[in-house]
Amino acid sequence: MLEIKDLHATVQGKEILKGVNLIIEPGEVHAIMGPNGSGKSTLSYVLAGRDGYEVTGGRIIYEGEDLTELDPEERAAKGIFLAFQYPVEIPGVPNSTFLNEAVNAVRRYRGEDELDKIQFVKMLRAKTKELNMSDEMLKRAVNVGFSGGEKKRNEVLQMAVLEPKLSILDETDSGLDIDALKIVSDGVNALRAPDRSSLVITHYQRLLDYIVPDKVHVLARGRIQKTGGKELALELEKNGYADYAGEEAA
Amino acid sequence: MTAVSFLEGGLDANRALPGDGLDWLKKRRDKGAEKFGALGLPTPKLESWKYTRLRPLDDNTYTPVLDGAGDASVKDLPSVGDVAGRLVFVNGKLREDLSDVSDLPEGVRFGPLDEILKDDPAWAEAHLGVVAQDADQAMLALNDAMMDSGFVLHVQKGVVLRKPVEVVMVGGMTDQPVAYFPRNLIVIEPNAQATLVKHHVGRGVGAYFANAATEIDVADGAIFKNYKVQAESMQATHVSTTHARVGRDATFESFNLSIGGLLSRSEAWITLAGEGAHCGFNGAYMMRGNEHCDNTSYIDMAVPNTTCKQVYKGVLDDAARAVFQGKIHVARDAQKADGRMLNKTLLLSNEAEIDTKPELEIYADDVQCAHGATTGQLDQTALFYLRSRGIPEALARNMLVQSFLGDALDEITDAHVREVFMDRVVHWLPAHCYLAGEWKESA
Ligand SMILES: Nc1ncnc2c1ncn2[C@@H]1O[C@H](COP(=O)(O)OP(=O)(O)OP(=O)(O)O)[C@@H](O)[C@H]1O
Ligand SMILES: [Mg+2]
Repeated sequence: MLEIKDLHATVQGKEILKGVNLIIEPGEVHAIMGPNGSGKSTLSYVLAGRDGYEVTGGRIIYEGEDLTELDPEERAAKGIFLAFQYPVEIPGVPNSTFLNEAVNAVRRYRGEDELDKIQFVKMLRAKTKELNMSDEMLKRAVNVGFSGGEKKRNEVLQMAVLEPKLSILDETDSGLDIDALKIVSDGVNALRAPDRSSLVITHYQRLLDYIVPDKVHVLARGRIQKTGGKELALELEKNGYADYAGEEAA
Repeated sequence: MTAVSFLEGGLDANRALPGDGLDWLKKRRDKGAEKFGALGLPTPKLESWKYTRLRPLDDNTYTPVLDGAGDASVKDLPSVGDVAGRLVFVNGKLREDLSDVSDLPEGVRFGPLDEILKDDPAWAEAHLGVVAQDADQAMLALNDAMMDSGFVLHVQKGVVLRKPVEVVMVGGMTDQPVAYFPRNLIVIEPNAQATLVKHHVGRGVGAYFANAATEIDVADGAIFKNYKVQAESMQATHVSTTHARVGRDATFESFNLSIGGLLSRSEAWITLAGEGAHCGFNGAYMMRGNEHCDNTSYIDMAVPNTTCKQVYKGVLDDAARAVFQGKIHVARDAQKADGRMLNKTLLLSNEAEIDTKPELEIYADDVQCAHGATTGQLDQTALFYLRSRGIPEALARNMLVQSFLGDALDEITDAHVREVFMDRVVHWLPAHCYLAGEWKESA
């Protein structure tokens, strides 16, 4: 599904990713953990194609295709979804309009018929209910005035509506209460399928009790320093990242 | 006279204009001509014209349109739909075949100025030039001298006009540059209510210069909503000067949507003259190419307990320029005045430029007033967020522009007009614009 080879990336001239290697097979869930500032969000932005995150070396192969030259909207249409660590507020654009535009844009890109208003509303209502969100949040402007947890839920709603093949969740669990964590995890698990994969960035082992990963990676100093199974998360919880502090690769 | 080199025949051309037999009007024209002769065209040396130069008037000689509008076919004129009456002017002259005022309610007069000059000169004399008086406004003086037609809207005491009335002013379609000088007179008597929608459009090729003056009297307890869409051509010079007086407990609401015109200047002078008067004076401007759009206003809160709110938002692309000059003046004894002014501009290109000058001039001590101005670029983070959900860049940009202007358009209290104006905004946006959702939901 996804193969990252020796990926180097810079932000504003500063190299943040210094040779990341990662392979995610179809159907797998991988978790990335790592200290603050180690480059986790940078990796997620690079995968989603954000301007200003420049790939200076290596390759990202997604379903056999090199992603690096593709626009963010093309990547989205091909099934990549990033749940943002800090979801963005967009005043004046109602949440439902936003979701409708997104769904239809992706469908157009794939050569599918757009959903008409009734089909869309029906689908949206069902997903909203599954995530225990109120219809009122659909009418409000995207993320404006949403609480931290509501924003994260809204990310998962977008994911549920777009049904991506590769979901990247950047600290979607941060700021969620225990019930919300369960709901959000259910949302992610609902998308688990032999042809879908997820990359879950988190600081907390607890999330991985709900979304059980196939592999856990430690990203530190711009590289994957260690890969293991679920037990690696428990070990990190106990020992912290001291083992990976090492000296800065110049 | 060098001051009128831009006008074929100079100011003498006014002898063939309507109302020539009326002594009082002749005096007014002569006075206007004299004043304009002395003042000449405004230059950037004048503080209020610092950022706007009437350059097309340097480059062209315009012929005043003295006779009929011809019968050239003009199709697909804009409309808000179900209206109480509609007047269409082409290059300043009424086109009866395109107008319809056959179904006006009792107590409402809505027709061309020249007709009222003929039918009811005493009323015209009592109202024309009463609200619009200013010693130093050259463009008003020029209109005084040259006023050709324009429209009159007169709503009698207590009459509530349920549907809007509509005016379409079409310019262009001539071989040589033309000039016309609409003079509009609006009198809303005590406790009457009316809504007016004005469309300014350019058609065909050909430079034109429209210099309009509008005077508005919103009497005690009356409500008047004044909506304008300026969609002039890329060869149009559009200058409009509005004077309004708002009486006790009266409301004057204005929205100016500027979406086209090589050079435009909309200048307004509003006096909140009676206690409890309210004014909502708002607008949006969207310019591209080398268009230049100037909104200048002066709101005088002259007596205690008045309120005014001003929201102007704009989007500038390419090498477009806009000017916002707003001044709210609170007189010494105008206690409890509540005045707010906001101007926000989004620059879509590095060459676009805005000069913004919001000002408060407060002489009373017990007031609540605030003003602000911001200029910025499209939020790149928001743009990425939308694109990361599959929304193509062009559409994502349009969504952000539309939502940016949305809260200015939200100031339009007539829901139907708001929708029509939003539709005009959408049509201004670059192609590939596609919107599935209903923006109404945000209101
Ligand atoms: N626009 C930017 N300009 C300069 N430095 C940046 C920029 N964006 C990110 N960085 C730097 O890149 C490094 C990695 O940031 P990143 O957000 O990827 O960390 P992270 O692993 O997601 O951290 P956290 O766990 O706190 O979310 C940090 O040192 C950060 O300061
Ligand atoms: Mg991060």
